Amino acid sequence: MSDLHAHSVAYVRESMLDQQPPPATETGVVKWMRSNLFSTIPNAILTLLALWALWSLLSGVAPWLLNGIWTAPSLSACREILDGATGGCFSVLTERWNQLLFGFQYPSELYWRPTLAFVLLFVAIAPVLFFNTFPRRMLIFTAIYPFLAYWLIWGGSILVPLLAAVGLVAGYFVYARFVAQSFAMGFFGGIVAAFVVWWITGFLPVEGILALTPVESRNMGGFMLNLILGSVCVSLSIPFGIALALGRQSRMPIIKWICVVFIEFIRGVPLITLLFVANVVLAYFLPPGTNFDLILRVIIMITMFASAYIAEVIRGGLAALPKGQYEAADSLGLDYPQAMRLIILPQALKISIPGIVNVAVGLFKDTTLVSVISMFDLVGMIRGPILASTEWNGVYWELLGFAALLFFVTCYGISQYSQWLERQLNTDRR
Amino acid sequence: MASLSDPQGSESSFRLSMLLNDTRYRSYTFQFIALVCVALLFAYLGSNLAANLRAAGLSISYDFLGDPSGYDINQALLPYTSQSTHLRASLVGLLNTLLVSILACITATLIGVTAGVLRLSNNWLVSKLMAAYVELFRNVPVLIWIIIIFTIMTAVAPAPSAFRGDNPDANMLFGAIAFTNRGVYVPKPLLDPLGWVVVAVFVASIIGAILYRRHARKRLYADGTLLPTTWPTLAIVFLPALVAYVILGRPITLELPELGGFNFSGGINLLGSLIALWFALAIYTGAFIAENVRAGILSVSRGQTEAAAALGLRPRRIMNLVILPQALRVIVPPLISHYLNITKNSSLAIAVGYMDLTGTLGGITLNQTGRAIETILLLMLFYLAISLTISALMNVYNNAVRLKER
Amino acid sequence: MNKSVILGTLTVAALSAGMASAQTVSDVQDRGTMNCGVTTGLVGFAAPDANGEWSGFDVAVCRAVAAAVLGDPSAVEFVPTTGKTRFTALASGEIDLLARNTTWTFTRDVDLKFEFVGINYYDGQGFMIPKELGVSSARELGGATVCIQTGTTTELNLADYFRKNNMEYTPVPIETNAEAQQQYLAGACDVYTTDASGLAATRAAFETPSDHVILPEIISKEPLGPLVRHGDNEWGDIARWTLNALIAAEEYGITSANIDELKEGTDSPEINRILGTEGNLGEMLGLDNEWAYRAIKANGNYGEIFAKNIGESTPIGLSRGLNAQWTDGGLMYAPPFR
Repeated sequence: MSDLHAHSVAYVRESMLDQQPPPATETGVVKWMRSNLFSTIPNAILTLLALWALWSLLSGVAPWLLNGIWTAPSLSACREILDGATGGCFSVLTERWNQLLFGFQYPSELYWRPTLAFVLLFVAIAPVLFFNTFPRRMLIFTAIYPFLAYWLIWGGSILVPLLAAVGLVAGYFVYARFVAQSFAMGFFGGIVAAFVVWWITGFLPVEGILALTPVESRNMGGFMLNLILGSVCVSLSIPFGIALALGRQSRMPIIKWICVVFIEFIRGVPLITLLFVANVVLAYFLPPGTNFDLILRVIIMITMFASAYIAEVIRGGLAALPKGQYEAADSLGLDYPQAMRLIILPQALKISIPGIVNVAVGLFKDTTLVSVISMFDLVGMIRGPILASTEWNGVYWELLGFAALLFFVTCYGISQYSQWLERQLNTDRR
Repeated sequence: MASLSDPQGSESSFRLSMLLNDTRYRSYTFQFIALVCVALLFAYLGSNLAANLRAAGLSISYDFLGDPSGYDINQALLPYTSQSTHLRASLVGLLNTLLVSILACITATLIGVTAGVLRLSNNWLVSKLMAAYVELFRNVPVLIWIIIIFTIMTAVAPAPSAFRGDNPDANMLFGAIAFTNRGVYVPKPLLDPLGWVVVAVFVASIIGAILYRRHARKRLYADGTLLPTTWPTLAIVFLPALVAYVILGRPITLELPELGGFNFSGGINLLGSLIALWFALAIYTGAFIAENVRAGILSVSRGQTEAAAALGLRPRRIMNLVILPQALRVIVPPLISHYLNITKNSSLAIAVGYMDLTGTLGGITLNQTGRAIETILLLMLFYLAISLTISALMNVYNNAVRLKER
Repeated sequence: MNKSVILGTLTVAALSAGMASAQTVSDVQDRGTMNCGVTTGLVGFAAPDANGEWSGFDVAVCRAVAAAVLGDPSAVEFVPTTGKTRFTALASGEIDLLARNTTWTFTRDVDLKFEFVGINYYDGQGFMIPKELGVSSARELGGATVCIQTGTTTELNLADYFRKNNMEYTPVPIETNAEAQQQYLAGACDVYTTDASGLAATRAAFETPSDHVILPEIISKEPLGPLVRHGDNEWGDIARWTLNALIAAEEYGITSANIDELKEGTDSPEINRILGTEGNLGEMLGLDNEWAYRAIKANGNYGEIFAKNIGESTPIGLSRGLNAQWTDGGLMYAPPFR
């Protein structure tokens, strides 16, 4: 518009209009709903379907949750209080809380010990999980923790775990002394030294020194058993998994084939058959007279199971490393153990961490299978003593829901951590 | 590894220390040690086994496989009575394992693909709901899901007695399908000899439809003619069979389930335990597959979608023709391991009383004969055979869909 | 890191493990506790209560043997076993005595190499069915869906019974008693079959037990008894005669109430021999002479154990029937103590 034409039109606005808010359909909630829920007709149908599903789920569950009875001595008393109304009978959880967590045979006056061990677990793994936040010195406690936890949970003389630790330390010193000459020498020397120390200290009178009341393994139960099996087997299976993965990558055909056969065999059979082995067969393969308790046999089998899976994850990590890394290690003149220890494994393990966490979560969930071989873990407690008792015969939903919730919280927490870690590791890898 | 530093044949004399220090021989030393260790381990276990068996006065024998089993199995795909042998009972169990695994694999794939695609939908509510499904099912043990779904089946579905009376509490769907807490009773097709002709026509028309679609695609690639596919395919598949059915005088009839005595009789009974196990495995594994599908779709770069859109393809065609074929390369390998997992997890059937391999061979046969070592060894071998077969088959497929790199 | 815990345990386990094979008595005495295999939970026979204390009919046998051997009825470790694991647990030495309502059969005795030390309960397989179905005899069960607890002889008896009577049925095998109850109560099966005593125990736990009837047919003989490993006769004798002492105590009127009084000495030489005031039966067993006194003192005599755990005054409400003393027309008959 030039000035020339200004007089030729009837009206010219001379001041700017105030900015108008966008139309109601293009802003706020409405806009969000339009673009996110009702953008097209199929989308709208999907939304309505989803709403309907949500509604029917909530309308069923909400009154059951809200009307729940938390204090009643038995199911029949609970039904009396409810008087026909919908409502959960959550008093089974409060009544049997300790049984659900610790099993029914763990002495009740000793519950503080596993609880303390559980709390300390967080202190112990914190420097491993959040290695940037916590001081490295806390790793010392992590190293002590397994022995401490064993002492707390199983009780007995403190000398047993202490001597086990001494053996390990001796092994480490021998390893450190010889590793400069040859890795194999250091490694095997360390193992021999550890066993020698254990063998010698086995003759020491360990009874009664700083002793906590001993608790037998078969008295473990409830969610505690799941946690014990999960954490012990995962931490044990990582070194075995690394060894198997390296063995499978090895250029020595016999070692390679031993590892391949082991891994493929374990991965080809269901865990439950391995548990059957632990339960009914393994005893035949042990020297006559020895008698491992069931929990130890189960730990052996689950560790074998987990090692095979972790080996495959680590093999993936090894394969994902660029070939240049191997060649670089060779060209520096490093021998095989040095190359692995200093160059390959640190990188390969880092890539494998998310996979290892996945295996760990899967394994932790699979520890519920021990209920099938008459061990009283959380699911075993529910299916066995609690549902069989006269008071709580018929309380399925509350118990199963509780078990599902416990596992969900734990596993979801771990997988969220794993995703966080993945992002963490990604940023510095570029 | 460091072969350059090896002395090259200058000294032919062999010293014992070379076994440890010379890289040419060292690997043999290690392998020999490993072999000896493994052999010693097995010898140790074997001698323990022999000693234990001798102490208990037992022996290893597979003769029990030929003895009559003495128990009944509620779902037998082979002719089976309680007078059949233990071996036959195991085979019945094996088939039941395969049946539930195959059903669960198919269903899990369907659920997983649907949930994975929907999770990427731009519908906020739906994608959140699918995320909730995936997280909820992935993070709770499958055993708990199996028990929960089985409990839902028995507690929510009506008992057959609810169908009884003039004004029953429950009714059959279309008067033909009954959902009870013992399972689902569906009509069973009865075939006359002529009925087989109809079936043959139907199979032939399916082949015809596939051929037609292939022809249509060839034309599309050759000269760009877009032949209609949906309606002709439907017509080719159903019309001839329908015509044959009418012309031959309706030779196929349905046997409807009828309530009589304690149970429904007639029709096909899908056992409650089968359905519970099937759905539990399918929904559980579906959550994992959904994550794979999502990862696979995300792995296809956005440029592909945009390029396809720029060419004027509709969203559905973009998904079917551009994204999914590329995503498959990422999706298929983990899918194989999920199928294996389903097969292995189907051994949890004993929690719901489904008579699979673990229920027959590893369950009642083991209980009745007390032959623990033999049955468990056989059980493991059966599962190993299934697993190896599945991974072999799926690897063949995997190689077929792999991108042919030039 | 945790490796060492295991290895430590391994060394300790290996060092402390004794020889289990032949000398069960000395093993048990060295250990100070007896390992007794029981069910994973069947109310009345063996079930842990809210405090984890085991009680029940089978449990009482374990406690009596422990009292006889170790002098302490609470020196028992109860090992829950399933139908699948019980025999291996016994054969491998994990348990010393299996008291898990186990049926005495030829193959178990001869082929599986176990030794049944007696019969503590004469049972038989029966059927339970809701009253509303209006069934009064097992012969009317043609076409029914039958819930079975697996891992017992019940599957075989059931198959035989239906085959013999030319009836069809659908078996639903269930692992645990609690789940079988759930199935049965939800109507997922018409009939629940297991040992008649188990049926009574199960029915007692129902909300309205009177809505269910136990059919009159008992389709099998199920003599239930404790068992030990074959070939360790000292241990077998102890278990056998402890059980016999309990049974004989009822016959002679020795109860936990009057046992201390009777121990002062009585006119009856048989009672005196049992209680160890006369003769040296205990020494012949390799124990002291008060073994039977302690065994009976622990839970009372056979009749008291029966009445306390499964008798008519308990919710399970079993009558003595075949399990009455032979003097009352039952089958309980202890050989003479001399």
